[in-house]
Amino acid sequence: MTRQAVRDSVTGYLFLGPNILLLGLFLFLPLGWAILLSLQQTNGFGAGEFVGLANYSRLLGDPVFWRSTGNTALFTALVVPISLALGLGLAVLMNSVIPARGLFRTVIVLPMVISGVATALIGVLIFDQNVGIANKLLRALGVGTVPWQSEGVAAFASVVLVTVWWRVGLTMLVYLAGLQNVPPELYEAARIDGAGLWAQFRHVTVPMVGPATFFLLVINVIYSFQVFDVVYVLTGGGPGYSTSVLVTYAYENGFMIRDQGYAAAIGVVLLALTLAFTAILWRTSRTRDLVG
Amino acid sequence: MSLDSWVVSPAASAARRRRRATALRLIAAVLSSVVLLFPLYWMVVVALSPRQELLSPRLQLWPRELTLANFDRVFTSFPILTWFGNSVAIAVVVTALTVAVNLLAGYAFAQLRFRGSNLIFLLMLSTLVLPIQVIMVSQFQLVTRLGIYGTYWAVILPSAATAFGIFLARQFIIGIPREIIDAARVDGAGPLRVFLQIVLPLCRPLMAVLTLLTFLSTWNDFAWPLIALKENALFTLPIGLLYLQGQFGSDYGATMAFALLSVSPMVVLFLFFQRWFVQGFARSGIQ
Repeated sequence: MTRQAVRDSVTGYLFLGPNILLLGLFLFLPLGWAILLSLQQTNGFGAGEFVGLANYSRLLGDPVFWRSTGNTALFTALVVPISLALGLGLAVLMNSVIPARGLFRTVIVLPMVISGVATALIGVLIFDQNVGIANKLLRALGVGTVPWQSEGVAAFASVVLVTVWWRVGLTMLVYLAGLQNVPPELYEAARIDGAGLWAQFRHVTVPMVGPATFFLLVINVIYSFQVFDVVYVLTGGGPGYSTSVLVTYAYENGFMIRDQGYAAAIGVVLLALTLAFTAILWRTSRTRDLVG
Repeated sequence: MSLDSWVVSPAASAARRRRRATALRLIAAVLSSVVLLFPLYWMVVVALSPRQELLSPRLQLWPRELTLANFDRVFTSFPILTWFGNSVAIAVVVTALTVAVNLLAGYAFAQLRFRGSNLIFLLMLSTLVLPIQVIMVSQFQLVTRLGIYGTYWAVILPSAATAFGIFLARQFIIGIPREIIDAARVDGAGPLRVFLQIVLPLCRPLMAVLTLLTFLSTWNDFAWPLIALKENALFTLPIGLLYLQGQFGSDYGATMAFALLSVSPMVVLFLFFQRWFVQGFARSGIQ
């Protein structure tokens, strides 16, 4: 290396230093540590005892773990498509000519700045089985009440509804940015070809916001895998374990039961699922690039 | 009836169709907004209504009488101002630290050439898909061993270890024309002076976005402070809010009064700086 190159390297690392230190100490070190912990039996105080793969074999036979994994998958399978569909619909609406458009956009984005805890507590208030406004409204409409707190399916629905309310603004914004890059001539051309509104949406809008959809798929799936705040505060994983997800179950094991090795193993499973998903997306996105 | 009202010119009918389409879109927008605003409206109504109001089985969609009793109850039972101060202090320090180190790194990746920069950039990129929840147990053990468990620093340092700002910073700083930087170099300015005197002043929009997003996410952060803090007196607002709900149970008036207090600063901030927030959300995909 020339002296200039050495000097450049030193400068580069000086600028990166604080970041490398923070990320190394508080992300990469705990990551390795988590994998080691998952092979131990420990309550978090003092040194743990190495037990090999015992935590993992316990997971295999743990029905609550499987329930939590299934719930995480179901949560993802519901929240992601619903958010994407509603977000795209709202974005198309907000990209069109309507009076007071800025005001409507503000309203759609506003829930995003509410904390997860406050969001979930508003959810508790609305979906309270006895005094909640949701059941009062349903009763007034003559539909009958829904057991939001005592029935697993209804409780799951409340978690999904609250999450979609909280996050739909993000999806709308990303799609809106995508829509603003679609050249108007494309719609013009489609109209001349006799395409109706639905055909224009199907054959111009949807393909043109493909990159936005891809980006949103990644961030929403990763968010859904790791969901914690809303579930923990709104239902606590209950009733029973009917809304328990991987992270609430890991939290319960790590910080309430204090079986931290077992909690770390659940974390490692979550990491493996995230990596697998990222790898699959990576491959499909590459083939997609080749195709079109 | 005159013939005119029967025979409509094509232009007039197209105009009418357009008006009708606009009206339909307006209705859809109003309906969506009502649904999206309702939970926040309801938080405000319950916070300002007498306690017994909610317990009646009747459907009552607006407050019949307003009261501040819920706020009184919250303020006399909990150290709200202390929690407020904790949230402000932690969010300010995390934001200052994060924005500073992210700008430095973004500049290094965008404008400096050195060995290993691509590898490190990829490593940092990979942390974006790393769920923080994977490492919450080991991070807890780490801050315990470092002797900072239960202090502000246990919240601040791990919160500042995020990479997402680096990418926004790199993208932005790459866009600064090299000629400007080269000209400064020729004038004898070192990399630090170039950074401080040339790059930083051009980075104001980036700094605004980064500052607002980091402040918001730290203010609202829940899982990590819940783990890292133990003493009531050091709680941030979200942790205090959950604690209050645990103590007050189904006293929704008090819970909503406190929820309203805890979210109001961010709502105000958002309404003032909406443009920057929106840019940041749309680019980073992070809430």
